[in-house]
Amino acid sequence: MSWYYIEGILIQCGYVLMVVLGLSLLTGFAGLFSFGHAGFMAIGAYVSAICTTKFGLSFLPALLLGGVVAGVVGAGLGKLTLNLKGDYFCIATLGFGEAVRLILENWEYVGGARGISGIPWETNLKSVIIACAIGTLALMALVRSRHGRSIIAIREDELAAEMSGINTFRYKMIALIISAVYAGIGGGLLAHYMTYIQPKMFQMVKSTEYTIIVIFGGLGSVTGSIIGTFILTFLPEMLRSLDNWRLVIYGLAVIVIMVIRPRGLMGGVELGDIFRLPARRRAAKLAEERIKNMNGESAGEEAQR
Amino acid sequence: MEMEQFLQQMINGLSLGSVYALMAVGYSLVYSIMNFSNFAHGGVIMVGAYIGYFAMTAANMPFWMAFLLCGVGAGLLAVLLELTVYTPLRNRNAPFLYYIISAMGASIFLENFVIATIGPTYRTYPQVFSHEPFRLGSLSLSRIDLMIIAVAAIGLITLVIIIDKTKIGLGIRASSFSIKASQLMGVNVNFTIFLVFLLGGILAGFAGMLFGMKYTVYPTIGNITTKSFVAAVFGGLGSLPGAIIGSVLLGIIEVLVSGYLSSNFRDLIAFLILISILIIKPTGLMGKSSEDKA
Repeated sequence: MSWYYIEGILIQCGYVLMVVLGLSLLTGFAGLFSFGHAGFMAIGAYVSAICTTKFGLSFLPALLLGGVVAGVVGAGLGKLTLNLKGDYFCIATLGFGEAVRLILENWEYVGGARGISGIPWETNLKSVIIACAIGTLALMALVRSRHGRSIIAIREDELAAEMSGINTFRYKMIALIISAVYAGIGGGLLAHYMTYIQPKMFQMVKSTEYTIIVIFGGLGSVTGSIIGTFILTFLPEMLRSLDNWRLVIYGLAVIVIMVIRPRGLMGGVELGDIFRLPARRRAAKLAEERIKNMNGESAGEEAQR
Repeated sequence: MEMEQFLQQMINGLSLGSVYALMAVGYSLVYSIMNFSNFAHGGVIMVGAYIGYFAMTAANMPFWMAFLLCGVGAGLLAVLLELTVYTPLRNRNAPFLYYIISAMGASIFLENFVIATIGPTYRTYPQVFSHEPFRLGSLSLSRIDLMIIAVAAIGLITLVIIIDKTKIGLGIRASSFSIKASQLMGVNVNFTIFLVFLLGGILAGFAGMLFGMKYTVYPTIGNITTKSFVAAVFGGLGSLPGAIIGSVLLGIIEVLVSGYLSSNFRDLIAFLILISILIIKPTGLMGKSSEDKA
């Protein structure tokens, strides 16, 4: 394996990680599930690619603009759908992601199904490392702040959070917008690494893949998401010789994780906690309880009906 | 002339809607009891289409035998998925997300298992119905479309009768209100869930085979269920008549859009309908209203 090849996978890890970090905030900390993040990624990728190819903007402002536009669209989607609960929000994001892809496919200005090619090759190892470092630190700071605790409170019990004076809609909105911005920047990095983009690169399967990474890494753990991204991006490359059987194993692994270890690799635990045994035990216990709580909720819902 | 073209389009739409309906009731039945969207349904449809194909080509079975076999095969596969994937989750009382993710895992598994073993090539069913269209006045109806509409009508009416008139159906209806209460009333919930997967799977198998006969068979044929899922949400998840009406409406809308606007907008319209219905009335056209869903 040459360094060139490994570098390529690392860059891939980088832009996937940007999307996963955003999704980790939304899913792992706010408790909202999205099957439409490929849509935000597509928006970021297309906006930044149009900026650099058609308007001659340089890479950094184009990338940031892609993130901002994705965030604005996220705000719009949130305004319309954040009042929906549970799987209905999930279905709405699924519809959103597919609609974005189909609009891009039918829009001649952005190349229709052929997409955009000839994008300058700007994303290198240095730029993804910088982006991921800023992304990770910002996310860590957010989840440890007062706002982060409010977001976590919504995940634990939305009704109780609202009773304690937390504006739940506002915090869910913040989580959605931030995660859309991350996904948009991830998309921009992807576009300027691949040097071409097509609508079919942003299918629903992609959104599912990112959600699977977040769950595999463990809900409510930033470091878990990072480790999950590296494992699940490198693993398929290692298994390349298995060819078609790769995805068979992948599908099976997803089911096995869901059935055997639902809290993922590091559910509720951060990497630093591993060296502090009591903290780890406490966090692991909380994670177990959280899953039980989610059951309690569904049982409660059932009782209401 | 205008009117005839319109009628012709309506029948095409009805045929497409019938395929959607056969699949959508599977989503709705499972949702009504277990409250999650079974995204592995597409895999079941795909396997059904392949069973029918190999029964007719490799085993040289007559059409009706292959047809029954694919219903049975797909039904059993759906039950097998329930037993191996969802039962462990059910025993642990897992939240709905774990079901959805496992279902997607199962769908990835099935699709790629077929690609790895049978191969990704497109396959065409041997000809069963003559291509000579059936003429009714000035309308020309393709025989496969008529067959699809007939199978859907018979299958769905049978399903509605089972659910509305039999004791088993009563169990299914009771479980959709509350699993716990119906368990206390002596309903065997495990058996009811088993049955729901079986019924949904059988209809999915029929749909897969008919769809494969109309077009071709390929490993990602299950992607069509995304549309039938939209139809189920459109009609109201968890409602059987809703799923049927939503499917027929979606089929007709799609055909009209591709006939009078552009076939490029077909899929887009479907997803825009999905988003609008969720914004305007998340419980769909006929869904049971309940506060925890809206």
